[in-house]
Amino acid sequence: MSDRVDRRSFLKIAGTSLGIGALYKVAPLLGAEGEAGDVARTLWRRNGEKLKPFSFIQLSDTHVGFNGPPDPLGTQAFERAVEMINGLRHRPDLVLVSGDLTHDSEKPGEHADRMRRFKEIAGRLKVGAVHCIPGEHDAGLDGGALFRDAFGPTFYAFDHRGVHFIGLDNVSRAKPEVGPEQIAWLRKDLARFPETAPIVVFTHRPLFDLKPEWEWFTSDGDEVMNVLAPYQNVTVLYGHIHRHHEHTVGGVRHLAARSLIWAFPDPATTEDKKPLPLDKDQPFKNLGLRLVEEPKGRAGEPGRPTINEVELTMREYSGTVGLNQFLKEGAAR
Amino acid sequence: MRTGRVPGRAVVLGTALMTAALTLVPPFPARAQGPPRIVEITAKRFEFTPKEITLKQGEAVTLRLTTEDVTHGFYMKTLGIDAVIEPGHPTEITLTPQTAGSFTTICDHFCGEGHGNMHMKVVVE
Repeated sequence: MSDRVDRRSFLKIAGTSLGIGALYKVAPLLGAEGEAGDVARTLWRRNGEKLKPFSFIQLSDTHVGFNGPPDPLGTQAFERAVEMINGLRHRPDLVLVSGDLTHDSEKPGEHADRMRRFKEIAGRLKVGAVHCIPGEHDAGLDGGALFRDAFGPTFYAFDHRGVHFIGLDNVSRAKPEVGPEQIAWLRKDLARFPETAPIVVFTHRPLFDLKPEWEWFTSDGDEVMNVLAPYQNVTVLYGHIHRHHEHTVGGVRHLAARSLIWAFPDPATTEDKKPLPLDKDQPFKNLGLRLVEEPKGRAGEPGRPTINEVELTMREYSGTVGLNQFLKEGAAR
Repeated sequence: MRTGRVPGRAVVLGTALMTAALTLVPPFPARAQGPPRIVEITAKRFEFTPKEITLKQGEAVTLRLTTEDVTHGFYMKTLGIDAVIEPGHPTEITLTPQTAGSFTTICDHFCGEGHGNMHMKVVVE
């Protein structure tokens, strides 16, 4: 049956920059007629969980503890993101954080303090669950020990409303790689699922060669994707590159979320990997909040974001299920 | 000596010698030409010294890598080099570059806050 189904019509994950990372609306075609509906019903039988539409947020690269140039804003963008998420009328079920929660520090106790600070801010999120995986700044120096103390395993999987989520760790081995043990675990984890199962992978570095000269790659990413290759509804969400990026290969969409600390330039047009300078008039420009502005007359002070800015970002990456509905909800704030 | 494995790439650790991949063949063109020229490269957080080296097409050369502080990586995907430089253990890579160009080599073993910009340039002319 799967050969006759348009895979894109089955699981639609709509990524859009909300000014808070990215919000994804998962709509597994509930009540769909015809072949797509058949797939949904088959999955329900096989997975034992009825598919329901839901949304989740991806945040990335908060770098708690970093407070120098180009971004002297500290945790302001991260905290603003939390406020925005909590202000949504229909809150997302989940928040995924795709690494570099903290900025590394070798001063005794400092990195642990930063991890606690991240947990304190993330703890304000009024959502069902927050799932984190490490970035190299969280786990590259200690093999993930501090992260594990704070959050548990650096890689794991869980199911939510018919979607299988997989958090992969491609930073704890110090080099940009997942490693054979984790790949074996992944293969075993996926074995119980039909090829049509909706799967969301979230990780820190891109699983493809985006820009190796900038360390924007995972050396065994091809091996990971080979394990995922039989599955028809796979989406990979990642961070690390501090900018929005979409890439589709082998039917798999790879989507990067913006950072909440500073932005990197477009590697296609820039040779040097230098963060974009801070725009003092628009301090969140190019960050996760780049299209959110303060209300007039309150520049430089914390304020409630205006919906128009969010709408502009959404237009940029529009064409998604549930988008208009979400805009109406946001506009009512 | 710990040796990593990356299919399709030459991985060199410790003092082992290996020929970099891609078009870098044959590994030792002719004994009569003598031993490869040795180029010293030093790594320390967060830079390589020198910042740029120039190699000649078709000439065998040995890169001798050492670190002054912590473990570093030496990664150049285009030339198929993926090495680890550990304190106290020089890493040697022998290669015969066949393709002209400018190649950015990075440290791909996370070494601290400035790791993301630790790189050097290998020019082949």
